[in-house]
Amino acid sequence: MKRVIAMGLLILICFVLQCTLFHGLSFGGIIPNLLVVLAASFGFMRGEKSGLITGCISGLLIDIFFGSTIGFYALIYMYIGYVNGKFHNIFYPEDIKLPMVLIIGSDLFYGIICYILLFLMRARFHFGYYFIHIILPEIVYTTLVTLFLYPIVLWINRKLEAGERQNEKKFV
Amino acid sequence: MSPIVKRKGEKFTLPGKYLLFILTILCAGSVILTLKTNIFSGPLNAVVGWAIVPFERGISTVGSWLSNRSEELVQIRDLLEENARLKAQVDELTIENNVLQQNRYELNNLRQLYKLDAQYEGYDKVGARIIARDAGNWFHSFVIDKGADDGISMDMNVIAGSGLVGRIVDVGANWAKVTSIIADNSNVSGKMLATSDHLIVSGDLEMYGQGVIRFEQLVDSADKVVEGDKIVTSNISDKYLPNILIGYISTLEKDANNITKSGLLTPAVDFEHLEEVLVILELKQTLEE
Repeated sequence: MKRVIAMGLLILICFVLQCTLFHGLSFGGIIPNLLVVLAASFGFMRGEKSGLITGCISGLLIDIFFGSTIGFYALIYMYIGYVNGKFHNIFYPEDIKLPMVLIIGSDLFYGIICYILLFLMRARFHFGYYFIHIILPEIVYTTLVTLFLYPIVLWINRKLEAGERQNEKKFV
Repeated sequence: MSPIVKRKGEKFTLPGKYLLFILTILCAGSVILTLKTNIFSGPLNAVVGWAIVPFERGISTVGSWLSNRSEELVQIRDLLEENARLKAQVDELTIENNVLQQNRYELNNLRQLYKLDAQYEGYDKVGARIIARDAGNWFHSFVIDKGADDGISMDMNVIAGSGLVGRIVDVGANWAKVTSIIADNSNVSGKMLATSDHLIVSGDLEMYGQGVIRFEQLVDSADKVVEGDKIVTSNISDKYLPNILIGYISTLEKDANNITKSGLLTPAVDFEHLEEVLVILELKQTLEE
């Protein structure tokens, strides 16, 4: 129960920050993608299911506020969370290299999927332009923000896990 | 044995891949459902209006304060440089001013002709503050802090200063979503103010990096349109009220078909620093079906 509330709050805070505060701190009009960081990190920290649920809820929020259809971003974020969950077995909290690579990969995937489905389909063929001006800056900024956000997420997850272990002991 | 089957004394859990499968179908279904209809938007809009909009209102104030401070720092550095440049410009402008004063007389006449002023003032407007912007970097839509409670409904036009910003595409009780005319997926039917030739203005992410958007299908058989001319919303648009300023032509080219012209226009509104907008509380009159 505690976990559900914490996760919900975390998603809500990241979403609200992404749409408000980070627009004030944008570099060249580009904002970082906090929700991808969240979905990916819960994927590799907690496994496939956690990742896909986090992704689905974050995507749904974007859909309601900014999407033209309900479920489009939910699908993308859900798969990001799920695929990151596949790396749960080789994840160690002390190692920051794997999370960084996974988050960069996820954001790249998100950018390319968005380009293909929302722009290429409407005959906007200048992939080079969109890659250099939208996708790449977003990845760089997101990576930068990850350096601060990821330790916080990791710390929250550890606290939650410690709390859950204590509860289990009580029952045994 | 299927992993879904419940064994005795074990807590029932659904494996990740089944959950993924179910949710994928659910999402795909709702994408298809909401592509043409908006069944869910009523209840969902109410929920987020209650749960999220209050947060956004508070934090966006902090965000705009921060961005103002950071802009101030940059500005001080630029100001010195700008000062020298401006002094040179003053001379240039004095000459230009003389020419403009002559033009003003002409403009006053034109305005009277088109009754632009009267039409803007005649509309009922409500002011609103932007509280959130698109969560991604691909489109330019934003959320304002007024909604159905303040009389806003779908397709109402949004202006800022004197130019067109966009239109309302989604409404909750205390919030509304605006798609701007510079968004890559938006098209506006416009016309030249001087010659009444019709054209289509379409938002373009690639061009907007340079501060301009695209227009096309301008039929200008008399060859009267020149760079710098005003583009306003046309009277044949089914969503936009007529004669709202969109922008000024910055480049003009003949299309390969030799009939129509296309080019780039500079929007009248500074979308980068938009904070407050006006919503016109009047819908374009459409034919009753």
